[in-house]
Amino acid sequence: MASARRQIVRDALAVGIATGAYGVSFGAIAVATGLDVLQACALSALVFTGASQFAFVGVVAAGGAPMAGAATALLLGSRNTLYGLRLTSLLGLRGAPRAAGAQLVIDESTAMAVTRHDREHARLGFFATGLSVFVLWNLATLAGALGGRALGDPRDLGLDAAVGAAFLALLWPRLTTPINRAIAVAAALVAVALLPLVPAGVPVLVAAGVAVVAGLGVRR
Amino acid sequence: MWAAILLTALGCYLLKLAGLSVPDSLLAHPTMQRVAELLPVAMLAALIGTQTFGAGSALTIDPRLAGLAVAVAALLLRAPFLVVVALAAVTAAVLRML
Repeated sequence: MASARRQIVRDALAVGIATGAYGVSFGAIAVATGLDVLQACALSALVFTGASQFAFVGVVAAGGAPMAGAATALLLGSRNTLYGLRLTSLLGLRGAPRAAGAQLVIDESTAMAVTRHDREHARLGFFATGLSVFVLWNLATLAGALGGRALGDPRDLGLDAAVGAAFLALLWPRLTTPINRAIAVAAALVAVALLPLVPAGVPVLVAAGVAVVAGLGVRR
Repeated sequence: MWAAILLTALGCYLLKLAGLSVPDSLLAHPTMQRVAELLPVAMLAALIGTQTFGAGSALTIDPRLAGLAVAVAALLLRAPFLVVVALAAVTAAVLRML
């Protein structure tokens, strides 16, 4: 259905704008940390997973060795492996499309794919969202690295709330069963409770354990 | 610095590719399928939690929570995706201006 496809693309662009705007913060922070503009842009284009990028510059900013930053970034990047486990059967990619698609496996593209009912729409949701976030995230990184904080704080526009709301809207259709609702609430509680205690990004990985435990234990 | 950046890039890419490359036969097991299906649910919920309450390594309650509450109300009223996201952003932005 053409209208369904149009709507997916429209939603993908909206997610790209809300998420991409944070590239400005990333670019500005990276340069403030001592990276040059090219290094900031390389991180956004080549690493392309926000949590890992912020962790990398966060460790370096705190005086850590760049390699310690790399280790933290890789730990956080492992959540994209978990997303891939779900996406692989959903998208059914092989060869070059898989090699190219892999770079686009992030929170937002996964969320926009797993809510679809068939492969065609899942692929559209995945690639449209992945590409729109990729383009805007990289442009915003460049702008942030060049212009710094003069471009303003995304929070003044409420974009920090928009990102949480987008994740909620994407999760919403999956909350139809009591088991899924219980898992979502438990995972959110675990992540929030751990937030002050462990390095950034780890809470979400531990919360993934809730799904593993539930998946192993629950019979539907 | 460049070595660390390139190592991070290569490692993060391989982590992404690894998930997409798990053979179907391994994922065909019902338990694996259940886990793979539930993973995004748990991780999205966790992201919503940390995205709403996190402030660095501290927890805080700020206009983001109001934005999320408005998003819940909009979802209960079956508002489309864009409306949900826009209402949350406007709510937080307006509260910060006050």
